Amino acid sequence: MSILVNRRSRVICQGFTGKQGTFHSEQAIAYGTNLVGGVTPGRGGTTHLDRPVFDTVHEAVATTKADVSVIYVPAPYAADAILEAADAGIRLIVCITEGIPVNDMVRVKASLAGGRSRLVGPNCPGVITPGECKVGIMPGFIHRPGKIGIISRSGTLTYEAVFQTTNVGLGQTTCVGIGGDPVRGLNFIEVLALFERDAKTAGIIMVGEIGGNDEERAAEYIRRHVTKPVVAYIAGVTAPAGKRMGHAGAVIAGGKGTAADKYAALEEAGVRTVRSAADLGVAMKKALAAKRRKRRR
Amino acid sequence: MNLHEYQSKRIFAEAGIPVPAGKVAATEAEAVAAARELPGPVWVVKAQVHAGGRGKAGGVKLCRSAAEVGAAAKAMLGQRLVTPQTGSQGLPINEVYVESGSAIARELYLSLLLDRERSRIAFVASAAGGMNIEEVAEKEPGKILRVDIDPAAGLQGFQCRRLAFGLGLAGPQLAQFEKIARALYRLYQENDLSLIEINPLIVTKDGALVALDAKINVDANALFRQPALVALRDPSQEDEMERKAAEHELNYVSLEGNIACMVNGAGLAMATMDLIKLHGGEPANFLDVGGTATADRVTAAFRLILSNARARAILVNIFGGIVRCDVIAEGIIKAVKSAGVTLPVIVRLEGTNADKARAILAASGLAITVAKDVSDAATKAVRLARTGAKR
Repeated sequence: MSILVNRRSRVICQGFTGKQGTFHSEQAIAYGTNLVGGVTPGRGGTTHLDRPVFDTVHEAVATTKADVSVIYVPAPYAADAILEAADAGIRLIVCITEGIPVNDMVRVKASLAGGRSRLVGPNCPGVITPGECKVGIMPGFIHRPGKIGIISRSGTLTYEAVFQTTNVGLGQTTCVGIGGDPVRGLNFIEVLALFERDAKTAGIIMVGEIGGNDEERAAEYIRRHVTKPVVAYIAGVTAPAGKRMGHAGAVIAGGKGTAADKYAALEEAGVRTVRSAADLGVAMKKALAAKRRKRRR
Repeated sequence: MNLHEYQSKRIFAEAGIPVPAGKVAATEAEAVAAARELPGPVWVVKAQVHAGGRGKAGGVKLCRSAAEVGAAAKAMLGQRLVTPQTGSQGLPINEVYVESGSAIARELYLSLLLDRERSRIAFVASAAGGMNIEEVAEKEPGKILRVDIDPAAGLQGFQCRRLAFGLGLAGPQLAQFEKIARALYRLYQENDLSLIEINPLIVTKDGALVALDAKINVDANALFRQPALVALRDPSQEDEMERKAAEHELNYVSLEGNIACMVNGAGLAMATMDLIKLHGGEPANFLDVGGTATADRVTAAFRLILSNARARAILVNIFGGIVRCDVIAEGIIKAVKSAGVTLPVIVRLEGTNADKARAILAASGLAITVAKDVSDAATKAVRLARTGAKR
């Protein structure tokens, strides 16, 4: 089992024939993802990487029955691309694009509310179910099919968590990069709920960072609803207030959103936290062992 | 991107939001001339820097004659203003804003910003204006009014009324407030702003609403469609290193420590800083070379780091995913040779072709310390920065 994507997912790529779209689609195909086609307006009717190209997402869905779309469209056009995918009935939209204006995302988020489409991102590495389906820019080879669900706001830090869980022999069910922007699709809570329900996921690693209060809200959710062990790391303990640390969302504003606040909230919710990103894998292994001991008693 | 107060007020005035009469001046003579043209009997001279807390730092002076205005301008221009928001170096005062004084009856607070929790634009208002709004929010949260705006429906009349009544406004002020609120929301949308803050929004002794201060931040991601705002950029107010970094599409933030970091990815860069601190060191910077670091970017990043005189060691932490570690290793070697690096360099490479990369670094003959993992890298960097500093 897994969440969001699996070997049956039918994936299309928006921005298919561009540099990013081409490179990452090649990688996805090589990984074994069921990439059924792509969209580039004006290139409809041609083929690219041995797959059909369509002018619109609607045509792509009608012909290929795609249910997942990954977006590499440049930032000025990305909001439009997300809304097109939703309008065409795509179930899961994964937007990799970085640098989308925040006000565009405010409108997108409002438009998607109440609809059937789920959005992951923007400004994220994407979603992968190891051994089955890779939707995004993550390096496939560091993943192993296994039993840990990973949720993260940061790209390369997700890879750290993945690599460590692979190295300690746990592997992953699904890894979801929710992205570093302040307005985004799926948040920690929605993904935590999916992992909690997924029979194969035995433990969850959550990688947060400074800014906003999503981690605090996730802590509250974990306290009430999550029975599986959760290990968390928050990046940015040393970040000064008022400075934006790369991600548009990673800024401590008005004394709120500090790593200390987030750690406190998570620990209060019974989450096992680590102060070093290098300890995620080992901590998860310990958390699972502790849970097994508890059960035996 | 931040705007100066005088630029923000010009935008306000064009949108029909009342501001005091004022003129910007770059010299003492211009300031005196401005005072002569502007209605008195009191003028305010305000240092134009991209930071708050100017009043307490001596960047705002009340003057009672044109001569006093000239003297205040002379004292400020060419100096650097240090406020709690600027860091120890302060920011250069290249211009002052000369403004007619206002007769203040009440000071209110009004801002428009992103409510992250609801993913909507929200007005925040308070009758306790003129003070540190974060302090008010902390100590008396009941004094903060908040309405968020449905992007499809737009700002509604009832929302303006809720704010206006909540601020204790009455009579013709209600319509005046609604006009201001609507203009602000339109400005926010049309200009892709990320913050508008008026602190204080005053009620004058005549009962009129006037924006006494104006702070505007523009969403940097939207500058591609806001050419008029790009033209208002003032590089003198930006950190020089951060500006240079931006030219190479590197994400850089100056910090106070002595261990320079070069990392790919913002989250991993923060995590690396945290590890340095955890092992007893202090990071000199945050530097994200991007998720897809190339050899060229690594070279540019090395040059940037080396221009920081405080740096005593350089820690490189790259998780090569799509980018191959051997390519990065060659970039590091090239950069160390061409930039003439004499500081200790500690490298941790993991991911695609990491073994090959470690072999390349080991065979280079350069004084590069290869770390086996990220904790090892941080420990070594902290130790080498210490021994290096003693030299």
